[in-house]
Amino acid sequence: MEVKRPLPQVPPPGWSDVKDLQEWEKYHQTRAGDDKTSNTLASIADAIHHMPGGWIVTTSTDKIFNWARKSSLWPVTFGLACCAIEMMATFASRFDVERFGMVPWASPRHSDLMIVSGTVTIKMAPMLKRIYDQMPDPKWVVSMGSCANSGGPFRHGYHVVKGVDRVVPVDVYVPGCPPTPDSLMYGLLKLQEQVAEFQKTGTRVVTPAATS
Amino acid sequence: MKIAFDVAAARLEQHLGLTPTVAGALVTLDVPVDRWHAAARIAHDAIGCLYFSWLSAIDWKEQGFEVVCRVENLESRVALMLRTKLGAGNVHCPTLTDVWKGADWMERECYDMFGVVFDGHPDLRRILLGQDWPAGHPLRKDFVDADYSPYR
Repeated sequence: MEVKRPLPQVPPPGWSDVKDLQEWEKYHQTRAGDDKTSNTLASIADAIHHMPGGWIVTTSTDKIFNWARKSSLWPVTFGLACCAIEMMATFASRFDVERFGMVPWASPRHSDLMIVSGTVTIKMAPMLKRIYDQMPDPKWVVSMGSCANSGGPFRHGYHVVKGVDRVVPVDVYVPGCPPTPDSLMYGLLKLQEQVAEFQKTGTRVVTPAATS
Repeated sequence: MKIAFDVAAARLEQHLGLTPTVAGALVTLDVPVDRWHAAARIAHDAIGCLYFSWLSAIDWKEQGFEVVCRVENLESRVALMLRTKLGAGNVHCPTLTDVWKGADWMERECYDMFGVVFDGHPDLRRILLGQDWPAGHPLRKDFVDADYSPYR
């Protein structure tokens, strides 16, 4: 039988005392964290600070916004070569990145992630840049496969861009020729870690967690 | 038009005075560049090669370019390979677009990749590379992968 503890008064008594405040927060978080399956709630609760002196509650908006951003990355459907087949497999039911909130979307205007899946030729690069420019900020780019990373087997050809990072800034490089859906999913999860650290200044932060 | 390949070879010899080599159903004919267009006309009219398969070129370095094209008579399954050597330093070749419409894009591609200029072509522009491609024809042996692109 669950024992109901009395709800604390809000604002807590003796709020001017930091110790009391910490105790109240601890109790509050325990209630929020009763759902042990959700670390996210706890992490958001970590970010919430109660201002002494009233009902004003502030939080690190970046943290909440980034949580929302990383939980609903919409990749623009953009297949260039054989890597696109693996990308489509990743989107499909067996690997199902939709559980990460990723919906392949057929418009760059509503998307915030571009997966460059395949060889970028010099003729294609301006179109790729245009699609990237059409995406609203903030936006991220995953370079998928050897060709997009560095030109791959076509690096010494006359017609291939030697790495898509010469056209658009890239956040995550996924190696492979082509990468398996598992590799791409790993890259997308690494990107999520990176998005969680995204600062409102627009700088892309590489945390130790994202590089490990 | 139904035609056997040995008859086709005989007609070529009769009209052009050149002896083709016959291997199976493939008839290969080397023509001088000044009779390139005449040979194409005979292949179309007298042998019935209505299907233009492809046209390309070979860079023999100091010996110059060789233009190769393959046309077929689909009805009687005769394939005719026409070859002409342009000679050292020469990049000019008569066009075949007035014989086969399908030669248009193939000749543009040949111009794009090898820089062979097809005289009389209605619209000789680059086709595979961008129109803003700065200079050079990448399938030439002396082509250098220079630093001319903003993405390199």
